[in-house]
Amino acid sequence: MSRTDWEVVIGLEVHAQLNTASKIFSGASTAFGAEPNRQASAVDIALPGVLPVLNRGAVERAIRFGLAIGAHVAPRSVFARKNYFYPDLPKGYQISQFELPVVQGGAITITVGEGDKAYETMVNLTRAHLEEDAGKSLHDDFHGMSGIDLNRAGTPLLEIVSEPDMRSSAEAVAYARTLHALVRWIAICDGNMQEGSFRCDANVSVRRPGGPLGTRREIKNLNSFRFLQQAIDYEVQWQIATLEDGGSIQQATVLFDPDTGETRMMRSKEDAHDYRYFPDPDLLPLVISPEWIARVQGEMPELPGAMKARFVAELGLSAYDATTLTASKEIAAYYQAVIDAASVALAKPCANWVMGDLAARLNKAELDIADSPVSPAQLAGLVRRIADNTISNNIGKKVFEALWNGEGGAGADAADRIIEAQGLKQVTDSGAIEAIVDEVLAANQKSVEEFRAGKEKAFNALVGQVMKASRGKANPAQVNDILRARLGG
Amino acid sequence: MINASVTALRRALDAREISAVELATLFLDRIDSANPGLNAFITVDREGALAAARAADARIAAGTAGPLTGIPIAHKDVFCTEGVLTSCGSKMLANFVSPYDAHVVSLLKEAGTVMLGKTNMDEFAMGSSNENSHYGPARNPWDATRVPGGSSGGSAVAVAARLAPIATGTDTGGSVRQPAALTGVTGIKPTYGVCSRYGMVAYASSLDQAGAFGASAADCAALLTAMAGFDPRDSTSLERPREDYTRDLDHPLAGLRIGLPKEFFGPGMADDVRAAIEAVLAEYRKLGATTVDVSLPNARLAIPAYYVIAPAEASSNLSRFDGVRYGHRAAEYGDLADMYGKSRAQGFGAEVKRRILVGTYVLSHGYYDAYYLKAQKLRRLIAQDFQAAFARCDVIAGPTSPTTAWAIGEKSDDPVQMYLSDIYTIAVNLAGLPGLSHPAGFGAGGLPVGLQLIGDYFAEGRLLNAAHRYQQATDWHTRRPA
Repeated sequence: MSRTDWEVVIGLEVHAQLNTASKIFSGASTAFGAEPNRQASAVDIALPGVLPVLNRGAVERAIRFGLAIGAHVAPRSVFARKNYFYPDLPKGYQISQFELPVVQGGAITITVGEGDKAYETMVNLTRAHLEEDAGKSLHDDFHGMSGIDLNRAGTPLLEIVSEPDMRSSAEAVAYARTLHALVRWIAICDGNMQEGSFRCDANVSVRRPGGPLGTRREIKNLNSFRFLQQAIDYEVQWQIATLEDGGSIQQATVLFDPDTGETRMMRSKEDAHDYRYFPDPDLLPLVISPEWIARVQGEMPELPGAMKARFVAELGLSAYDATTLTASKEIAAYYQAVIDAASVALAKPCANWVMGDLAARLNKAELDIADSPVSPAQLAGLVRRIADNTISNNIGKKVFEALWNGEGGAGADAADRIIEAQGLKQVTDSGAIEAIVDEVLAANQKSVEEFRAGKEKAFNALVGQVMKASRGKANPAQVNDILRARLGG
Repeated sequence: MINASVTALRRALDAREISAVELATLFLDRIDSANPGLNAFITVDREGALAAARAADARIAAGTAGPLTGIPIAHKDVFCTEGVLTSCGSKMLANFVSPYDAHVVSLLKEAGTVMLGKTNMDEFAMGSSNENSHYGPARNPWDATRVPGGSSGGSAVAVAARLAPIATGTDTGGSVRQPAALTGVTGIKPTYGVCSRYGMVAYASSLDQAGAFGASAADCAALLTAMAGFDPRDSTSLERPREDYTRDLDHPLAGLRIGLPKEFFGPGMADDVRAAIEAVLAEYRKLGATTVDVSLPNARLAIPAYYVIAPAEASSNLSRFDGVRYGHRAAEYGDLADMYGKSRAQGFGAEVKRRILVGTYVLSHGYYDAYYLKAQKLRRLIAQDFQAAFARCDVIAGPTSPTTAWAIGEKSDDPVQMYLSDIYTIAVNLAGLPGLSHPAGFGAGGLPVGLQLIGDYFAEGRLLNAAHRYQQATDWHTRRPA
């Protein structure tokens, strides 16, 4: 049997850190990077007698997420204690949600692959629940002892659990990227993966197509999309190789080592904790009223899926363009601002500029679109001048570069200022173009003869010469027409 | 002064017959002489008490004194007190000085009370005799060979022996009411949520509630008024306007319907207790109350339900005592698991370990439904029983404890016999209702008997009113041990 006879089954658990100012059960700050234990209150270090109080801001973010994925936002959910001992878990239990999570069900549509091979599929979500993060154990620099930093203890997390709906590492990465964009889009998580604000665990198994689910292994704590892809790919080939060698897969938790590109066992099922979940008696059941949900609904931004559909239906963009332009909230906001300033009729050229020259330039400069030196209004001004034939598309590129360098000033009319200052306005006066054409024909008899001998390429060379002679300003369509007329073609 | 009521002390302080410093000194000196025999206090804070007394005198002089300003008080060692050892009666916390005050403690500080010290208790409030204390048992002032009850035994002894006029306690299954009964004082546990649990070291979170000890219902009312109140730091604290529990103390009892649950008067109650209780009920009738038979058919299930729920919560609540951040850590250990194991094995006493093990067991995979969920169902049935009973009566009465105080060591080897001593009090915690115990005369050997009054939710005022009227007509509560 070969590898093609296996089907990969993947489910993801994502821990998204919610961007509240204070912790989920205490008033301590959640800011990243403070001196160890400076952001740990009496509640966070679990002094005797302290009690948790739920941060409603964290709940509100969970509601936003539930609404964004079309899930059921539970009118009553329950916080439970997950009991285990670890030095960076101060209470000896983590407050989480178990039987009754705040968000139930929902789905996310993902686009996998690019170009002709791109396809859309849907990933169903099982649940999303609120919980607190643990602290950090620091094993270096303590001369044989471990240090404990409880700054992160009590930071609010939304654990987002998918169904095992993904069939390849590409789908898993597409899902993770879409989810990452979504939580940033609805402003519940900063998505900073280096700082651990968005962490993925992947449950991976393989099976014969149509057969029962295989035994899964869980890869913990993947904090980049590249590692997610590599870890799954390694795990899949390891599981297939193991099975094809006559072995069997044991349920286990594994870690991915980015240095070796391999996964290795962390603990087996036998070592799994009995977490002894039970409802936390210190917290009342979380009750979310229909009014609260309605208020959050009223404050929701247009979601990427809806925006994408609108771009296709109302602006006539291709599905690929619409997907690219809604890949992040910042890109979408930029594009929306460009067409608002230009016009809906110019949606397609605006899209081309945003996805083309602007994206390439931003990429080269390693800048986020929100920090683009060319404002949406300035880009709109440029697109308008191309559309009304003031400049050609080629000259447009020159103007764009000048805009990028701030040459036209900060105003929305920067493109006009550059065109004016550099005399880039297109020549549309037929007499002037005819004069240039005649000069070029006289100087390029060889090309003329070649053309007459049937070489169409020679015509393009003549067009190029005319454009060059006009320093790019001659209207290309007019140049074509006049040349054809002169050559009797 | 030693035997004076809070009201009388207030009058004396306001009339400058005695200063708060003099009053504190009087009680501190009494503690010095009597505590070695009674072991009611784990910590005596003379310096802190005198400083608080001086501040109280200043308030009295400035005319800004409240009802409790300058009144000495003792706190159960389960309440966190800033800068003062908070041991919870455990070796585990024998080195723990809290950096903050419990809500109850800070309210009583603001009221101007003068904390004399911290009282002895069963370790982590687990026990009914005060024998489970790392600091040794507190002794019953009526007979020092006997237990004072528990877990708030030290506070009960302090008030009974007049080492403090009033004291705080906590009641998870009877830990205020039962020691009050066994030492001949008055104790009240309010409705769950009336007092904040913030800063009260948790035993069983869904059952724990702070309570008040005093010589009389009036003293308890004054104390409860000052210590009750909403606290946003406790999610189970109830957001209600503050109440003056002294307001209706003198309300006549005519028409009061006292329910007598047949389950509280069955076999198991000692004859001397029964006789004392019957006499008290006769007095209540004389005061205009009527008695009516009621039934609490599921009350017999209270002890098994409690001994699933309370250990389950305790097993989790006590996980934080791991030797990592504070508290006892074994001097020598190998790896991390060994550090946990040795620190906890050394830091916890036998009864605490027993309840952690029971709690861990009932929450384990495969047993959770059969034990924890079943117990929660029983809990609801028990609460429903009370609601049905309160349709027919205003308060429920019965014995607080089936027997008077037993000898130290008598039940130490038989946890189940020990657990049964709380048979009348536990159901009240499971239902979250208020309960009060007041002196009901004496049984064999001159040992105090307590009568328990149980009210509907937020009926603390009614319970205190009934007990107060009874105490106006009788003098059991004024009797003092020799």
